[in-house]
Amino acid sequence: MSDKANLVAGRSGPFEVVIGMEVHAQVVSEAKLFSGASAKFGGGPNAHVSLVDAAMPGMLPVINEACVRQAVRTGLGLNAQINLVSVFDRKNYFYADLPQGYQISQFQQPIVGEGSIRIDLADGSSHEIGIERLHLEQDAGKSLHDQHPTKSYIDLNRSGVALMEIVSRPDLRSAEQAAAYIKKLRSILRYIGSCDGNMEEGSLRADVNVSVRRPGAPLGTRTETKNLNSVRFITQAIEYEVQRQIEIIEDGGEIIQETRLFDTQTGMTRAMRSKEDAHDYRYFPDPDLLPLVLEQALVDELAGQLPELPDQIRARMTEEYGLSSYDAAVLTEERETALYYEQASSGQDRKLVANWMTSELFGALNKAGLDLSASPVGPEQLGRLVALVSDGTISGRIAKDVFAEMFESGGEPEQIIEEKGLKQVSDSGAIEALIDQVLADNQDKVDDYRGGKDKLFGFFVGQVMKASGGQANPGMVNQMLKAKLDA
Amino acid sequence: MSDLLKLTAVEARAGLDSRAFSSVELTQAYLDAVTATRPLNQFVTETADKALEMAAASDARLAKAEAGLLEGLPLGIKDLFCTKAVQTTACSAILKGFVPEYESHVTDQLWQAGGVLMGKLNCDEFAMGSSNETSVFGPPVNPWSKDGGPALTAGGSSGGSAAAVASRAVLLATGTDTGGSIRQPAAFCGVVGMKPTYGRCSRWGIVAFASSLDQAGTFSRTVADSALMLQAMAGHDPRDSTSANLPLPDCQAAVTAGVKGLKIGIPEEYVMDGMDPAIMALWEQGQKWLVEAGAELVPVSLPHTRYALPCYYIIAPAEASSNLARYDGVCYGLRVEAESLDEMYAATRSAGFGEEVRRRILIGTYALSAGYYDAYYLKAQKVRQLIARDFETAFASVDAILTPATPSAAFALGSKQQDPITMYLNDVFTVPASLAGLPGISVPAGLSEAGLPLGLQVLANKFAEDRVYQVAGALEAAAGFTLAPPRAAGEVQ
Repeated sequence: MSDKANLVAGRSGPFEVVIGMEVHAQVVSEAKLFSGASAKFGGGPNAHVSLVDAAMPGMLPVINEACVRQAVRTGLGLNAQINLVSVFDRKNYFYADLPQGYQISQFQQPIVGEGSIRIDLADGSSHEIGIERLHLEQDAGKSLHDQHPTKSYIDLNRSGVALMEIVSRPDLRSAEQAAAYIKKLRSILRYIGSCDGNMEEGSLRADVNVSVRRPGAPLGTRTETKNLNSVRFITQAIEYEVQRQIEIIEDGGEIIQETRLFDTQTGMTRAMRSKEDAHDYRYFPDPDLLPLVLEQALVDELAGQLPELPDQIRARMTEEYGLSSYDAAVLTEERETALYYEQASSGQDRKLVANWMTSELFGALNKAGLDLSASPVGPEQLGRLVALVSDGTISGRIAKDVFAEMFESGGEPEQIIEEKGLKQVSDSGAIEALIDQVLADNQDKVDDYRGGKDKLFGFFVGQVMKASGGQANPGMVNQMLKAKLDA
Repeated sequence: MSDLLKLTAVEARAGLDSRAFSSVELTQAYLDAVTATRPLNQFVTETADKALEMAAASDARLAKAEAGLLEGLPLGIKDLFCTKAVQTTACSAILKGFVPEYESHVTDQLWQAGGVLMGKLNCDEFAMGSSNETSVFGPPVNPWSKDGGPALTAGGSSGGSAAAVASRAVLLATGTDTGGSIRQPAAFCGVVGMKPTYGRCSRWGIVAFASSLDQAGTFSRTVADSALMLQAMAGHDPRDSTSANLPLPDCQAAVTAGVKGLKIGIPEEYVMDGMDPAIMALWEQGQKWLVEAGAELVPVSLPHTRYALPCYYIIAPAEASSNLARYDGVCYGLRVEAESLDEMYAATRSAGFGEEVRRRILIGTYALSAGYYDAYYLKAQKVRQLIARDFETAFASVDAILTPATPSAAFALGSKQQDPITMYLNDVFTVPASLAGLPGISVPAGLSEAGLPLGLQVLANKFAEDRVYQVAGALEAAAGFTLAPPRAAGEVQ
């Protein structure tokens, strides 16, 4: 089924974009997948390497239970089938940073089967994206080619670190959807705590399969762009790939099934290797490892301990608090944000708090380059500020100034309002006096207004507000001014 | 021959306990024997100084009555076991000069039990071979080789281990058995060779050949010595995911328990064309001995036996092709420098691996390739299950199975190297039990017409090593095979 909104126009007519993603997520664990060496990021070169990671003769892998638990928890978070029996296979290929000469992965029987992820877009639409599978595998080491004029250096710190490869169905139809998918997946992983989601450090990276087709036509030939480590790169790579493929097809060419690399400098992709050059990995079950057998009781136990996930919180936000599903998606992307929101909006106007967070707070944080955790304005302070607007103590406009001051100084809203005398004036006598003064000073414009120039009304409101130092209750000013002018 | 060399391990332990002699004296006698048997090329690394140090430490523990099971006994270790600070090569050029920083689980257990390391023993390169001729150090010579006659193979892959125990250069030795690498050389050299159940001994620290088949075991001159050594070696090791967490039955008691009332299966399929008639005769003799000892013979059928060799020669090379990928010249071992990474791999592996190892890597790579995987590897795995089921069915009605250990006696070195298939046929009686993961022992039971030792094989169900020892003990008692080979240390040469 093609969704018209997502069609891309070519010279000769519209194309539909089909995207599937393979995401590699580094498992949060103390030790590596099959050895006791530390899985921490960083450390001196080859500081976190055991005899197993270096593939010394006679060394054997032993599965790290903590990694298995993380994979199961993630599978549960993806509403996926947990396979009680799974098998580790060897994927054989030679490379200098792969000491065993094979990667231990799961090929035919992964630990997690089919599941799904819901994404929410800015246009208010929601989509279910199918998950095909999740499997556990080893990361490789790192080759450093720029340290010596003729030699390559090898750092095995990453060698053997546990990764979850999460494979989506080709259900994504645009770069925007792909971006929403990776954000949502990252969000779920971070809520669960099975991956830190740090894309810069490579804890989360995506391979993107892209093809295009005429609406309703069979699937086109796809290309796979490897190792994208930011949402922006994912978006750029897809957009570039879509345009490239459409041009080739419209020029009468054919898409070659191949692996491509994304150049972060130019925003373009280029061919790395074609299908013909693809390795024959000679997968076979690793005879050093028995099949991984899980007890249903363990799965149930892990399911019972799973934290509340973004979709559950989002449902509460839309159904109980009346937020739009997009706002709810934004507020639940990070667990920290959701917690902040829950705290700030508790007992307040939920929608108003959501607006304040998504516009003022996020805007200010963004501008200051701060994370929510470092916000000078805490959730309770923001809640109180919104309360002061709700009860008419200050106007929305004044509140923005107060917020700016709070953000700057970390001060309490009540105190700032007090010190600066920003309290809204709702005394009808005081407002009437101001109006009388403004009308007296602008008699000519009063005449014009009464002569039919309605638009001047805004001018009078502005003058009254200005005279009040912005503190007059705008609703009252409107009402009273209208009464006087139209009298 | 020094009288000390005539003692069995059990006797030597008793002598050490009663302070009839010291471990240093015993070890020195064996070090002299190692020197005397050097022409047999059994050792690839001798560790005389370390042996004397360990022996002195054993004497100290004996004095404090803190002796272990193997306290003070001179042991030889197949060069496939990684030994800390002692060169470990798998008898391959690619690992020459490799000195591990770790001790294999099995040898660690042996040292904890008080064993004394005499050195590392010759074997086929990466344990791939049936005559020990693929060793980069050249083959050991079977101590049964006669003066003036051709030099005979000690068998393989654990040829050095079998030869060293037979020639009295060590009291006990470790081996590994993937398709018969303990049982066949034991038969060729007239010693006892035991391959326990797959999973009984940890593979941690043993250079891998075929992970689903490799299993460490013992070489000794008597069945009781084997049981003693196995008790020290066996045990669960969490570092090996395939290591079994099951207690070892009382094998030492089983040796003398007798076979009265036991049902012994005689498989109809263990006969092949061109088999030495002396072997057929010995097999029949073995059956007679067991009946005389009170056992009952039961004909059994193991119908998939004839598929075992082809099945083995798919699975073992397939696993080997992947297991040996780590010898790539990057982290350790031999590196032949070249322009590019791929050229360095090719140069290193071409120079580092011998012909048989290269052949098996190629066979295994082919068997796992896309398009051939189902026809070869997957099918071989199915056949393997059928073979295992054959044994399961048989063991539902019998306690143990008696077969010949090998289709022939030891052959001359160089006589079968030209044709790998003839060489592979040596494993025809040992491979099925390997595929099924069963325990099996080879017991010397007689001589061929040419005066060469012949062995009988006893198989039992998984983890029923006690049954193996029961039957082996009875065969040993009846056969009374106590001959020393002509080229043993101290014998007239």
